Amino acid sequence: MWDYSEKVKEHFYNPKNAGAVEGANGVGDVGSISCGDALRLTLKVEPETEVILDAGFQTFGCGSAIASSSALTEMVKGLTLDEALKISNQDIADFLDGLPPEKMHCSVMGREALQAAVANYRGEEWSDDHEEGALVCKCFAIDAVMIEDTIRANNLHSVEEVTNYTKAGGGCASCHEGIENILSKVLAEKGESFNAGGAAVAAPVAASAAPEAPKLGTLARIRKIEAVLDAIRPALQADNGDVELVDVDGKNIYVHLTGACTGCQMAAMTLGGIQQRLIEELGEFVKVIPAAKESLVSMGA
Amino acid sequence: MSDIYLDNNATTMVAPEVFEEMKPYFCEQFGNPSSLHSFGNKVGFALKKARKQVQDLLGAEHDSEIIFTSCGTESDSTAILSALKAQPERKEVITTVVEHPAVLSLCEYLESEGYTVHKLEVDSKGRLDLDKYKALLSDKVAIVSVMWANNESGTIFPVEEMAKMAAEAGVLFHTDAVQAVGKIPINLKESAISMLSLSGHKLHAPKGIGVLYLRRGVRYRPLLRGGHQERGRRAGTENAPAIVGLGKACEIAAEHMAFENTEVKAMRDRLEQGILAAVPNCFVTGDPDNRLPNTASIAFEYIEGEAILLLLNKVGIAASSGSACTSGSLEPSHVMRAMGIPYTAAHGTVRFSFSRYNTMDEVERVIQEVPGIVAQLRKLSPYWGENGPVENPDAAFAPVYA
Repeated sequence: MWDYSEKVKEHFYNPKNAGAVEGANGVGDVGSISCGDALRLTLKVEPETEVILDAGFQTFGCGSAIASSSALTEMVKGLTLDEALKISNQDIADFLDGLPPEKMHCSVMGREALQAAVANYRGEEWSDDHEEGALVCKCFAIDAVMIEDTIRANNLHSVEEVTNYTKAGGGCASCHEGIENILSKVLAEKGESFNAGGAAVAAPVAASAAPEAPKLGTLARIRKIEAVLDAIRPALQADNGDVELVDVDGKNIYVHLTGACTGCQMAAMTLGGIQQRLIEELGEFVKVIPAAKESLVSMGA
Repeated sequence: MSDIYLDNNATTMVAPEVFEEMKPYFCEQFGNPSSLHSFGNKVGFALKKARKQVQDLLGAEHDSEIIFTSCGTESDSTAILSALKAQPERKEVITTVVEHPAVLSLCEYLESEGYTVHKLEVDSKGRLDLDKYKALLSDKVAIVSVMWANNESGTIFPVEEMAKMAAEAGVLFHTDAVQAVGKIPINLKESAISMLSLSGHKLHAPKGIGVLYLRRGVRYRPLLRGGHQERGRRAGTENAPAIVGLGKACEIAAEHMAFENTEVKAMRDRLEQGILAAVPNCFVTGDPDNRLPNTASIAFEYIEGEAILLLLNKVGIAASSGSACTSGSLEPSHVMRAMGIPYTAAHGTVRFSFSRYNTMDEVERVIQEVPGIVAQLRKLSPYWGENGPVENPDAAFAPVYA
């Protein structure tokens, strides 16, 4: 089963604005029956102000398609058409507290229905430039069409280049066979062949082999550590967390994570991220160790 | 009220008797069956018994024809790749368009490696054309691989007849029987089937255990080399607890074969009849005259399967669907499309698959819940009007793109 947010479930179980709006003057029909998701958005727009007075949806589709449709209608009501057109598919996904990568196209469909309905209201032709392929990279939700187009446009020849341009394959790396197959296909069209090289992964570079950075004095080193933590802090504070430097003992850097970070299952990842940044900035291997302030004081005694 | 599990073609509960039988083989009888000492020896005897129990359910002539593997997929891959390795001059494979991905994905890969794969098509009820099949058989074909029963529609293929035709043409015949074993009687010694795959977790044994039946005398090349286990045909230390469990599960399945085809079938039939009577615009897919006793596949028009499953799940009913969204792919079930079912219905197919642990009370509860769920989703559908589908639905709603 998909990992849907509570917000998605709420909008699926109790959709808002289901059905066609009475006296609608803007209608957008988008989607693909072959893919199993299609949406009709109906808008009632006040001609003088172009404010959307009412919005309704009819959707043939899965749980997240219905939830995205419901969210979209809630988001656009009361906005002017120009304001509404600024809504991106990411906005729709954010409104729902996120969608699984396989389901991001449901939010794309919502945005396109909006464009189509506005075009219909304004008496314009709306044509869709959206083409969707099979999902290849699940970490970053990149589909085959996107990868193919990027390979063609930029004359790419390796999985690494594809990752640099599209992010596809940059996460868990399980989709590299799929990306190689696309590269083979696209390069074959040009009469070239795809050469993957060997299958081995480069050996991890030992930390000690990293280029020697000029050694910092103790005070300069601590200042540098503080500077790195200061740079990370806003991101943590955004999630109601914080980080404090407790002590530095040779290669061991003791930090105190507070707020939402404490006990959160992401804490280990956060620590790993901080450690990575510190290693990069200091040019030496360090170990970031979580510490409660008090316990360390007593330990140090 | 407890939840209702109607997804037994996906996987089944481990039968309590099976679990009991397995228990000693974790902490007490943990020995390696290959070892000479008493720790291993006892396990060796337990495997021998299990092999016999599997042999009996399949009606195989010899117990040495049973090779334990890790799953149905491994058995499928082993069978097909063995046939290609053992007969390198034969570069063709015959299969069907409705096979499980365990076979279809492998065949697609083989095509990319230069093999020719013939995929037999099916009619609107999921049936094969045996004349077309016959015409494809030749000494260029390394193996035919055709499922015994379809996992989605439950439709049964005439594999015994097809195996005979293959044998007459001098071609190996493999069947993926993971959905059939334990649900319908099988008697391999009377058949011309060369190889058969089964999967433990489809018949109340645990996950992680499968079998490849290999008819004595069939030329064979192992997939895994390394040890002498399974007479050198599948190396790797035996999964003793799971093998013991599978043996017990086969024994129980044989005892319940009549029950499966009377009581379980009656529950399935009542569910279909109850839903079809209460819900407009829905139909049964597959071949109603020739299918597994436990499977009901119903297409609900103008709504999408994942949405149906989520609402069923909310009221404690577990089923599965052939919609694109439930699989994360862009297309609805290849099985439904192969039968020519239109997109507006293919996305709305729901499979209810029973086991002997279901009850008639559960069936009645499902019949009560389904009509409301379907109506709720149709109210949201652009294809649905006040009291039925809008007039000329495809013209009334024709969205842009693809």
